[in-house]
Amino acid sequence: MAQTQQDIEAHRRRYEELRAAGQELTPKGLPKPTALGGAPIASDAVIHREHVPPGWYTTIRLRRGEALRIIDESGRSSVSLIGWREEDTSERINCADTVKVQWSAAISKGRVILSDMGRVLLSLIEDTCGAHDLLVGGSTPASTQAAYGTPTRNTQENFLAAAAKIGLDVRDISPCVTFFAPVMLDAKGRFLWKPERKRAGDFVDLRAEMNLILVASNCAHPLDPSRPAATGAVTLITHKVTSPAPDDLCRTASPEAARAFTFTERLFA
Amino acid sequence: MTNLCEPAYASDVPSERPWSRVLRKGQTLRIIDSEGQQAVDALLYAAGDPSERYSSQDTLRVQGSAYVELGTKLMSNRGRVMAHITADTCGQHDTSAGCCSCESNAVRFGEATKYQHACRENFILELSKHGLTKRDIVSNLNFFMNVPIDTDGNFTVVDGISAPGNFVDVTADMDVLFVISNCPQVNNPCNGFNPTPIRVEIRDPVA
Repeated sequence: MAQTQQDIEAHRRRYEELRAAGQELTPKGLPKPTALGGAPIASDAVIHREHVPPGWYTTIRLRRGEALRIIDESGRSSVSLIGWREEDTSERINCADTVKVQWSAAISKGRVILSDMGRVLLSLIEDTCGAHDLLVGGSTPASTQAAYGTPTRNTQENFLAAAAKIGLDVRDISPCVTFFAPVMLDAKGRFLWKPERKRAGDFVDLRAEMNLILVASNCAHPLDPSRPAATGAVTLITHKVTSPAPDDLCRTASPEAARAFTFTERLFA
Repeated sequence: MTNLCEPAYASDVPSERPWSRVLRKGQTLRIIDSEGQQAVDALLYAAGDPSERYSSQDTLRVQGSAYVELGTKLMSNRGRVMAHITADTCGQHDTSAGCCSCESNAVRFGEATKYQHACRENFILELSKHGLTKRDIVSNLNFFMNVPIDTDGNFTVVDGISAPGNFVDVTADMDVLFVISNCPQVNNPCNGFNPTPIRVEIRDPVA
């Protein structure tokens, strides 16, 4: 339908207002990173604790009201994550919507990871690191061959194996989020790796806003220049958390996040 | 850059509409931004086995940089080159922002915009002709869409720089199903807030 000049001007005005809010106001209101060693988990809140060795993956069922802590004990690991809504696995992590809706490719404490259905899949309620990748993705047979001269265990094959064990397949593997992967861009759009943004003991807490099946792959990020591959064990802890209150820091971070929370809650109303 | 041979196929794609066709290996698809500032969302699938499909993350990793431009190899989820960009009179294309959907529009622009046509509706309907579903929609290409990512990670859809008649040529390195949504978005500058028609032309390789 052809747009009138009035429509065009009104839409441009609203877009500029949203952009200013999203890139000027919202970042000022985001919380500071979690302190290393901070945010202890009460022992009676712990549901399950697991160590994932270098190169391996695990599948986690995370219910609404639970959170997943991912700890990079050595400061050398990166952890790639994909995930689906348990009741309808066609709903899944959507990296493009996550960065587009939040006006930023940099996610940190107070941000959310969105599904393709305009709902919040995970909230980043604790984060010591704030350097995670949504653009480049995980390692593959080709990337490990190029990096190490021989193909090694890699995230793409880990995701395939994990998906197969729950009745899913290659069609269900979306672009992934990689935690503790400090990928930045230079002024020309080239990717840079910033190792100084990784520390031993870095962790994130991801709160499930719907019932989820997640796959975490503990493989070196393809841009990590360490040779041999930078790897260490990572610890995953699923634990009980309180439901997001009206003043929840992720919900109130932006008008977009508030709307996404509202749409998510309708699944459970 | 100018290709004088007649196209083997040509079609105008009306504003807001989808299009798809199989490109044979060696054929070149020219996408023409007929009136300028029009985003064209695109997905590629291996014609023989559509579980092999375009992968934005593989494409960016192999390239080492964030934008699609002349020479960019469009990679599959199996690490193969599906096609590459062989001509480009615009110079600015995206593959990080995905496609618009009714659901993401409602989050971005308010719930009233849920009832506006969107690229994902186009993709779902066009893919259904080929036995594919929403599951098969991955993060797509956005030709003529200007999405700078700055050094702080700020991610912004800004005014397109493509002028009327600008085009991009995509040459197939395998037989591919090429699917387009001529983007209906009116809430951001990707289409100048006013969607317009595009033209597609397919040329055979020069003998």
